[in-house]
Amino acid sequence: MASHIQHQSPIIQHRFEMAVDQGLQSELQKQGVFVTSWDQLLNWGRSNSIWPLQFGLACCAIEMIATAASRYDIARFGSEIFRASPRQADLIIVAGTVTKKMAPQVVRLYNQMAEPKYVISMGACATSGGPFHTGYNVLKGIDRYIPVDVYIPGCPPTPQALLEGLMRLQERIKSRSMGQEVGPKQGEYPIPEFGASGLAPRYNPDVFQPKKPWADPPASQLPKPIAPQP
Amino acid sequence: MELKAGISPTIETQQLEVNLGPQHPSTHGVFRMIATLDGETIVKLKPVMGYLHRNHEQIGERITYIGSFPFTDRLDYFCAMSNNFGLALAIEQLGGIQASERGEYLRVIMAELTRLVNHTAVIGFLLNDMGAFGTPLLYAFREREKILDLFEAASGSRMMCNYVRPGGVREDVPEGWLERTRAIVNAFPRFLDEFEKLLTENEIVQQRCKHVGVLSKELAMNASVTGPMLRASGVNYDIRKVDGYSIYPRFTFRVPLGTVGDVYDRYYVRILEMRESLKILEQALKGIPGGPAISPKGQAIGKAPRTFRPPKGAAYGRIEAPKGELGFYLVSDGSPQPYRYHVRAPSFVNLTVLEDLCIGHKVADVIIILGSVDIVMGEVDR
Amino acid sequence: MLPPPEEIKSALEQLLPGVSLTLDAGGLIVVPNDLVAVCRCLKENERFSLDYLANLTAVDYPAEQRMDVVYHLYSMAKKHGPVTLKVKLDRNQPVVASVTPIWRGAEFQEREAYDLFGVRFEGHPDLRRILMWEGFEGHPMRKDYVVEDQDVLG
Repeated sequence: MASHIQHQSPIIQHRFEMAVDQGLQSELQKQGVFVTSWDQLLNWGRSNSIWPLQFGLACCAIEMIATAASRYDIARFGSEIFRASPRQADLIIVAGTVTKKMAPQVVRLYNQMAEPKYVISMGACATSGGPFHTGYNVLKGIDRYIPVDVYIPGCPPTPQALLEGLMRLQERIKSRSMGQEVGPKQGEYPIPEFGASGLAPRYNPDVFQPKKPWADPPASQLPKPIAPQP
Repeated sequence: MELKAGISPTIETQQLEVNLGPQHPSTHGVFRMIATLDGETIVKLKPVMGYLHRNHEQIGERITYIGSFPFTDRLDYFCAMSNNFGLALAIEQLGGIQASERGEYLRVIMAELTRLVNHTAVIGFLLNDMGAFGTPLLYAFREREKILDLFEAASGSRMMCNYVRPGGVREDVPEGWLERTRAIVNAFPRFLDEFEKLLTENEIVQQRCKHVGVLSKELAMNASVTGPMLRASGVNYDIRKVDGYSIYPRFTFRVPLGTVGDVYDRYYVRILEMRESLKILEQALKGIPGGPAISPKGQAIGKAPRTFRPPKGAAYGRIEAPKGELGFYLVSDGSPQPYRYHVRAPSFVNLTVLEDLCIGHKVADVIIILGSVDIVMGEVDR
Repeated sequence: MLPPPEEIKSALEQLLPGVSLTLDAGGLIVVPNDLVAVCRCLKENERFSLDYLANLTAVDYPAEQRMDVVYHLYSMAKKHGPVTLKVKLDRNQPVVASVTPIWRGAEFQEREAYDLFGVRFEGHPDLRRILMWEGFEGHPMRKDYVVEDQDVLG
């Protein structure tokens, strides 16, 4: 079904070369000796046991629960338990519309998670405000305040889509070493405050730069029109 | 100090204000309760909502009548089909549109399937809150998946179906759908028996639910409570019987009533309502006629929503949604967009009595009482 | 069975001397000062027994400088309804008596009308914002509310 998707994504390359070459490795394996590097071993463990935080906001939460139920079993991917406490979770799946009233709580929870931590933005609403983006209380995407690793489109994304997003995240974890992970996301992200007509600040400039989605790129960047063939 | 049996020393205590939510494993969505506790007993409880306020009504004023249907799916996101049904009724009242026969039957079948889906999930979540960590919820979701497959075959989407329209339904069901539904409806009583054997006579369920969160008849009527919560308190008010909207008068079914109005009654009323829904489904599947799934006027509106300009006036259309009375108030000024579009959400109004139900109980009971009130934040906040 | 709106109007005017109602396509229009008396009568009178307030909401008419509050009443005892009541208020100072002492179900719905439209209900036990946060300024569902631009770091 998903045969066209390569799970060894060419964009993310496994960055550690094996100190031992492939031939020697397979010989040793036949003898019952397994050789690897610390990074690969740790990443294999980390990516196959991602524990999400129980954080459903809206309709996408129901599809998240359906993914955790027996038909689409997320436990076979390692996400056995959804933890209630952010201290015990690796992953926050922001599932549903983030309203301005709820945004400070999301950032607070993200700050409380221990590193290395990941964010999946599930559904159109968490990505960009979704169908409700014109609202006075809707935040146009959680990536305005916290860095997001994987975006899953859909309204709501089917459980299969969520599992695909989880697999992409697993690939991403496998492609980086622990040292690279902990560095970039250190520190506390500032929590927005309630203002008179919205949140203050409206977005976090270190994390997000607004782009008007319908703006055309400058003429030099547009593709050249193809001359009609005779 | 010698402590004699039966005499407690005087201890100075302080009341503690605790925040339950908005992120909490057991609050059904982003709902916050500020509870004042004396030890473990609740003294005061204030609900805070608005964490999912997505200005559904403002969007409704901006887009056409038909354009609002996908947004009604997202109100009570468990019961997308019923929400569509409510709005379709309100628009039909406003515009004077008649629905086709087959369309009416299909709408009722979808509404009753939604009732099954909703009540199983609610009971699953209630048991989850009680501490039966996962098992009844997984049983409930297993049955839910079978019905969601039917919805996907008919409308293209598992949850946000956007299927019911004024005049009938968007399109007819595919071939073989009715046989599949019949098979599922015939197999459902066995699942309910299995569910009941696990839960109804279960000692833990009875100890935890009986006489917890008792809602009296008078308070329920005064506080505009509707749905299974009202009927569990003994008030016989089911909008399917009172208003007789759509083709419900053709079906024979009973309305289960509770006696005490506690959490156990609310749970049991929902089980009995599921059995009555199965009766309605059997009758509807037997009697469904052929013909178009949507009336010609409805089809014309569906194809060109901006040409639908209902006459000036107002309409209030209401249905018996699985959670209570879902009403849509539309005010038209003759243009393709509604002038005012208001949703009367059952969960929002049912929450009025939450404080009354919880006072005097322990924190663990509050979670169960909230589970039995059956709220969905998409509806409460709109 | 519920009598038609004309009969309700005349019955109410008979039962409550000094009160006058107007008939409208949308329902019975009540003068704000008479609202509580009319509601109490509709609830307690045996003939009507309208003990269930189904819906309470506000409608904004900036062109006519008025704000309407609409009430939909049904009866659970007699299983009839609806009776629609409307109150017309001045848009700049929309104040009306609260019906929460009569029907407790109005509590949250009145708070919502206050939050989103700015209608003040006198006699409400706890009138504060319910959906927006404390400190939010303005009443968002009014027709002249302008949503802020989230892409400008203000």
